[in-house]
Amino acid sequence: MNSMERVMTAITHKEPDRVPMFHLFSHYGAKELGINIKNYFSDSKNVVEAQLRMQKKYSNDCIYTFTYAPIEIEAFGGEVVFTEDGPPNSGQPFIKNIEQIKDIDVPLIGESQQLKRVLETTQALKESVGDKVPIIGVVMSPFSLPVMQMGFEKYLELLYFRKDEFDFLMKINQEFCVAWANAQLEAGATAICYFDPLASPAIIERSKYIETGHIIAKETISRFNGATATHLASGISLPVIDDIISTGSAVLGFSEEDNIKEIKEKAKGKICLLGNLNGIEMANWDKKTAQNKVKQLIQGAARGGGFILSDNHGEIPWQVSESTLLDIAETVKEYGTYPIREEA
Amino acid sequence: MERNIKLFEEFQQALLEVNRIKAAEIFDEYYNINQSFEELEQLTMKALEVIGDGWEEGQLSLSQVYMSGVICEGLIEKYLPDHLVTNGAELKIAIGVLQDHHSLGKRIVYSILSSSGYHLIDFGQGLSVDEIVEKTINENIDILLISTLMLPSALKVKQVVEMIKKKGSPAKVIVGGAPFRLDKELWRRVNADADGKNGIEVQKIIKRFSEGGKQS
Repeated sequence: MNSMERVMTAITHKEPDRVPMFHLFSHYGAKELGINIKNYFSDSKNVVEAQLRMQKKYSNDCIYTFTYAPIEIEAFGGEVVFTEDGPPNSGQPFIKNIEQIKDIDVPLIGESQQLKRVLETTQALKESVGDKVPIIGVVMSPFSLPVMQMGFEKYLELLYFRKDEFDFLMKINQEFCVAWANAQLEAGATAICYFDPLASPAIIERSKYIETGHIIAKETISRFNGATATHLASGISLPVIDDIISTGSAVLGFSEEDNIKEIKEKAKGKICLLGNLNGIEMANWDKKTAQNKVKQLIQGAARGGGFILSDNHGEIPWQVSESTLLDIAETVKEYGTYPIREEA
Repeated sequence: MERNIKLFEEFQQALLEVNRIKAAEIFDEYYNINQSFEELEQLTMKALEVIGDGWEEGQLSLSQVYMSGVICEGLIEKYLPDHLVTNGAELKIAIGVLQDHHSLGKRIVYSILSSSGYHLIDFGQGLSVDEIVEKTINENIDILLISTLMLPSALKVKQVVEMIKKKGSPAKVIVGGAPFRLDKELWRRVNADADGKNGIEVQKIIKRFSEGGKQS
């Protein structure tokens, strides 16, 4: 099977030849090319070259066109702070007060150099891999984006006490999100990963999510012209798995803190699980630890398909060594071949 | 006593529902019955502790922890004069976010410590290693609370600890934030003095440090 066949088989809740593995590389590509992160993202050719190299090197079952979360903030005119050894981060929030919200316009994709670069990257990668490897594009959910737009504290004030302004901002974000997702799909992305960390009950209580973020997710995802994976960026997802299934997502990025047995039962035949290795701890794993973690995860989650092995945050940290990533890939090949063997 | 227990439960419920008005009414009633600032402080701290535990156990959300802290801070401020520091007055405590601008964790800890009568110096967010070290030295800080969101920032705590020691500061460093939650041993590897899992835990650690103890 090629990567596309392997992944599609898993998503349709059948067992492929082996467990599909997604190493979700974003800024890690700069390490592969030996250049700094800001330079790396300044030219789509860098990302194309690194993604293709890393796909082969690690037998990776996906291409990931995600650059950094605040790329969408740049499109809104906000600031991004680059570091030498980690993901670019959002700077000072550009919404300084809630009254400003009514003056915000939906950014046009074609007017953002950074977003256009991602589309160029996606097109070039699609030309290179065709239908053999799935290309995963990324959007931030309209519900979670305001954490970077206005800061978490102000956003909670908006969410709990300023319904009119909240609804207005959601409309803006929703229009942008749909346009951005569909532009990536049109450029060649196979599916869109909808990052929605605030959907996790660890961040926002389920009752609030149901009356806000969940409705927004359903409306937004229904307007994407392609398949969607929802990712809670290491937040627990078990208590909201049925809600996420009802948004139409085909895949769910679950947390290391979720109970694997329970989540596997709940997901069976309904949503494909993606996860859930701890990327932060991964930076300190030796070979044996990597092997044990992967074997345990395969034992708990792989039977019957409906599972893609990955980290639980949606991004491999810079600090993780290449040898650890290779150990993970090798262990998947050795112990993730279907049918899964019982381990003592 | 029974009325106090009932009011405590109602107060906690009002906080979880982010109902500021209801929480304030209960707070007033509690004060009228008990006529004691200490009792009010106990009410808020107990409620915040139960809510913090609920988050640790996966039963409650971070937004509920945050909003509860903010509501309690406002209520305590209303009853206690600004200058009245009831706890840790002998210690200079500061809090800051290293490298990024996400300040929710800092705000939660700030609210909880303020609600329990501690005075904190807020160093702000988006701080470089040099900035946080300089502020710690210039302000003669005894306890430095560092909040981080991402792994690279968390790893930079090691430099902060080295630099403040090199400059002769005896400040104890308590860390917190997502990287330390996801990797339970990380605080030791960056040579922090303690891992402040949540606001209440930070409060207990400060109390222990002020009595000469340390985190094991």
